[in-house]
Amino acid sequence: MRSTLRYLLPALVGIAALALWEFLVRHYAIAEFVLPAPSAIARALAGNFTSLLGSLLVTLKITWTAYLIALAGGLLLAILFSQSRAAEMALYPYAVILQVTPVVAIAPLILIWTGFDHVERAATVIALIVAFFPILSNATLGLRSVDPGLADLFRLYGASRWQVLWRLQLPGALPFILAGSKIAGGLALIGAVVAEFAAGSGTSTGLAWRITEAGFQLQIAKMFAALALLSVAGIANFYALTFVEWLLLHRWHESAVKREA
Amino acid sequence: MTLPLLTLRAVSKRFDNGVEAVGRVDLEAQEGEFVSLVGPSGCGKSTALRIIAGLVAPSAGMVEFPCGRPELGFVFQDPTLMPWADAATNARLPLDLKGVARAQAQARALRALHRVGLEGFEKAYPRELSGGMRMRVSIARAIASEPKLLLMDEPFAALDELSRQALNDDLLKLAREDGITVLFVTHSVFESAYLSSRVVVMTPRPGRVAAEVLLSPPAASRDVSWRMTPDFADGARRVSDALKSAMQAAQGPGP
Repeated sequence: MRSTLRYLLPALVGIAALALWEFLVRHYAIAEFVLPAPSAIARALAGNFTSLLGSLLVTLKITWTAYLIALAGGLLLAILFSQSRAAEMALYPYAVILQVTPVVAIAPLILIWTGFDHVERAATVIALIVAFFPILSNATLGLRSVDPGLADLFRLYGASRWQVLWRLQLPGALPFILAGSKIAGGLALIGAVVAEFAAGSGTSTGLAWRITEAGFQLQIAKMFAALALLSVAGIANFYALTFVEWLLLHRWHESAVKREA
Repeated sequence: MTLPLLTLRAVSKRFDNGVEAVGRVDLEAQEGEFVSLVGPSGCGKSTALRIIAGLVAPSAGMVEFPCGRPELGFVFQDPTLMPWADAATNARLPLDLKGVARAQAQARALRALHRVGLEGFEKAYPRELSGGMRMRVSIARAIASEPKLLLMDEPFAALDELSRQALNDDLLKLAREDGITVLFVTHSVFESAYLSSRVVVMTPRPGRVAAEVLLSPPAASRDVSWRMTPDFADGARRVSDALKSAMQAAQGPGP
């Protein structure tokens, strides 16, 4: 009963909002290039489905590539930090600089370096930059947050560095890493879109470019259609990562344990 | 007289922050003995245990194992289990870390779990177990590596009275069956009188040995009904008196 309501209530709210939107647009006869009605957006989506879907796949490919590289790189660097205090002291400030620099400001530079013929590459690099830090900082924190009692126990039984890392630090850091990776997944998509907007033209074929293009041509309904697809992709990404988190943590971690009320 | 299993000679510990936790402790433990360390909180008995385990280096003095360093087990005040691993994996940890082959390690871990009364909970995760059961997993882990010397740091302090009594009895049985020497830190006079063949009473910080109380009959013949005997009451009274005079001496005029 409760779980049905959980899905039914937001669905009803969504349908009601769309109906009101449709009604207002028709009733006040608002021009389509100002605010298209949901039905017009649906028509635009259906009419341009193949090209929009192709663009979505391009954007998703950039997002996932950047996310996976950020995950692997962030994790490796965090492991290095956990093994060597000197490495952390030497490198962490630069990771912070990378994080606090507005990515839109460096996007043009990256476009120049990767070449305007390779907007996808630039987008991957930019998405990577924004996705990297949450994974690095969360994993670093997690690897350091070891239960001191367990650390003593590992020492008592003469555990090697590798055993401590593999059997104690990494499993303990998993909730932190997954939290970081969820943030990174969302940021990677934003990074991929921002990069394309920054490129503003040329060879890119992702969804952001479809939005820009439709804007130039005053095809506002198509803009909305692309935007809707982008939202759906973002939501799907988020829930996919939440599911992975649940898979890995639900047996033992409080954050993923279902409470019996 | 046989060589003691463990000897502490004038062991002291002053931490970097200047706190003197342990002040010149001399202590011996014979093989098979059940020795309790009793003292007011903050008297350094936990630190003494950690020094023996090699987790903390003493500032001065010597820890010696005249018959060679025995296999050690350590049970902390908290169960300190890995929350991401089931009971069997937790109990297997010392064997895994020593590189014992998986199948053999698993068999030994399961046997240890059965001996502490956890049949059927091998695959349970710590969060699915009660406080007493978690402590049982912790004890199973400590005995899985077949230690000669078991160090226990107020292991049952956080448990309810019933769990505590049950664990006291099971611990005595395990120690007797395996001939394990136990060094047991507690602040409960009754617990120390119930479990031990000898109680070492410590002074307030910096802890020194104030008195030793020998108890009879030997630990081997104890069971629940022993809690009701005059012998037990007499032992508890002697430990209590020794503790009282250790506290009074500490409060008296300083040197």
